[in-house]
Amino acid sequence: MTLTAPAGTAAAARPSLVRRAWRTASPYAFLAPFFTLFTAFGLFPLLYTAFVSLYRVELQTPGEMEWRGLGNYTALFADDFFWLSLRNTFTIGVLSTVPQLAMALGLAHLLNYRLRGRTFFRTAMLLPYATSVAAATLVFAQLFGRDFGVVNYLLGLAGVDPVDWGTGTVASQFAVSTIVIWRWTGYNALIYLAGMQTIPAELYEAAEMDGASRWRQFVHVTLPGLRPTIVFTAVVSTIGATQLFGEPLLFEGSISGGISHQYQTLGLYLYEQGWGFFHLGRAAAVAWVMFLLIVVVVGANALIARRRSRTEAGR
Amino acid sequence: MTVLTAPPEQPRTGPGAPAPGRRGSRSRTGRSLRGGPVTYTVLILAVLVSAFPFYWTLVAASRSNADLARVPPALLPGPDLFRNIDAVLAEADIGTALLNSLIVSGSVTAGTVLCCTLAGFAFAKLRFRGRGALLALTVGTMMIPPQLGVIPLFMVIAELGWVNQLQSVILPGLVSAFGVFFMRQFLAQSLPDELIEAARVDGASTARIFWSIVVPVARPGMAVLGLLTFMTAWNDFFWPVVALSSQNPTVQVALRQLGGGYVHDQSVIMAGTLLGTLPVLLVFGLLGRAIVGGIMQGAVKG
Repeated sequence: MTLTAPAGTAAAARPSLVRRAWRTASPYAFLAPFFTLFTAFGLFPLLYTAFVSLYRVELQTPGEMEWRGLGNYTALFADDFFWLSLRNTFTIGVLSTVPQLAMALGLAHLLNYRLRGRTFFRTAMLLPYATSVAAATLVFAQLFGRDFGVVNYLLGLAGVDPVDWGTGTVASQFAVSTIVIWRWTGYNALIYLAGMQTIPAELYEAAEMDGASRWRQFVHVTLPGLRPTIVFTAVVSTIGATQLFGEPLLFEGSISGGISHQYQTLGLYLYEQGWGFFHLGRAAAVAWVMFLLIVVVVGANALIARRRSRTEAGR
Repeated sequence: MTVLTAPPEQPRTGPGAPAPGRRGSRSRTGRSLRGGPVTYTVLILAVLVSAFPFYWTLVAASRSNADLARVPPALLPGPDLFRNIDAVLAEADIGTALLNSLIVSGSVTAGTVLCCTLAGFAFAKLRFRGRGALLALTVGTMMIPPQLGVIPLFMVIAELGWVNQLQSVILPGLVSAFGVFFMRQFLAQSLPDELIEAARVDGASTARIFWSIVVPVARPGMAVLGLLTFMTAWNDFFWPVVALSSQNPTVQVALRQLGGGYVHDQSVIMAGTLLGTLPVLLVFGLLGRAIVGGIMQGAVKG
């Protein structure tokens, strides 16, 4: 927000009326392309979702809407699979986000050393980010195959019995989470690395003079310095986790997230309602629930962050 | 998790090993201790884990299906790559999909970069009524996943008769609040106000200033935004799956078709995956360094 000279000051000698009018209007002309698209394809659909969720809308006749009040929501809350998918979203979210961020932090710490071939390491870490959800999931589905998968083969070498990665709740959620972790760890590691590089070197020098070990330096210098970055990545990953869709859809190709819905997420549940059962209205209700979930997550995060910084300021 | 707790490496050679002079000359932030053998071991392991699925895609795509149903699994590429590619081209029309993805990602990238640079410039350097509110609206929705709006979006697209047509994926793809914010940050930092003032004194219009001053300065930022947008557009999944079908697919829609049980031959599925991933890998191989830089820059500025 360090804006200086306003556009229309005495800088120009004496612009004509037309030019003056253009000068006041031109900023809006610059914004127009983005905001037109943003309103039509971003803002409007988002808000209209709440409206649609109060109607009965069928996939085949999206033009016909029939008022249902809160009917879609009561139907949703009476559906066991909705609650199951909510729970799955939460457990898969934790299973994927926590190890992902912890490993990213560790890798970033290592990448922050002076290294030979550091560009190579950074680029290689980001490689999974370049793949699509679909491609990654199809490959992992095979790696996690029950009879001939590489993962079970490796486990077998270690003396572990083959795991049926598709069927069990824990096993399948672990497998789905692995895909997420694989795709995003390197990305987050780079973001942490960027954050680490802004921490003043004097802090480490001072800590070293005080005789702090490497580990204590990490805990007392690196982690506090990274706090805003960590909060940021936690929020982004959590939001990503609430939206999980492609991984559970393509893991076995089933729209219900496994035979007993054992790894169906809310995103997949939404798709099943809308494009499996043709209930667009109910799908909209799911979307709105997901939106509220995000608001809660972001709000809680902001609250925690603010409280923590306040207690720290009070120290 | 062991990565996190393991002490980074063996003790250094001496108490003050990295010469402070060298450290000072490089930068005054961050740490520049030398990495030890443990550091390298862990990092190489991480690289192997990152790369293995790619390697295995190639292995599986170049084998016969019978080879894949064998214990121990094949770990070296085989001779059947082109046979499998032929099969997937025939069964899933990956050729059309690749062309469509190129059209979609190309148009989305060009359009997004243009819209975001225009808006980013206005937010960074122009003064107008409602600037704060509009910027807050843009940034505020940055975190909201577009997936939540798919139902009304689908209704609109259906009303317009655009289902199965590429513009249904292109137009919504142009909306990037992140891009606007990114370009705003970029221009706020790299475009000196004096430059604009000088041009104004010379009587240049805002449009003229945009094309002959802003765009040249913004070019590095536009390039990074373009790269990130291209990859995101190429890999976008939910909305294309909803809006398109196997009759006119993008690569991701075709892959969803492949994984949806229509093709049972695992090696053929992997050949499709390989073809669909190759273009982004190519971009990544050529411009990986810039992408890494862009993500790290974005992290610091965001």
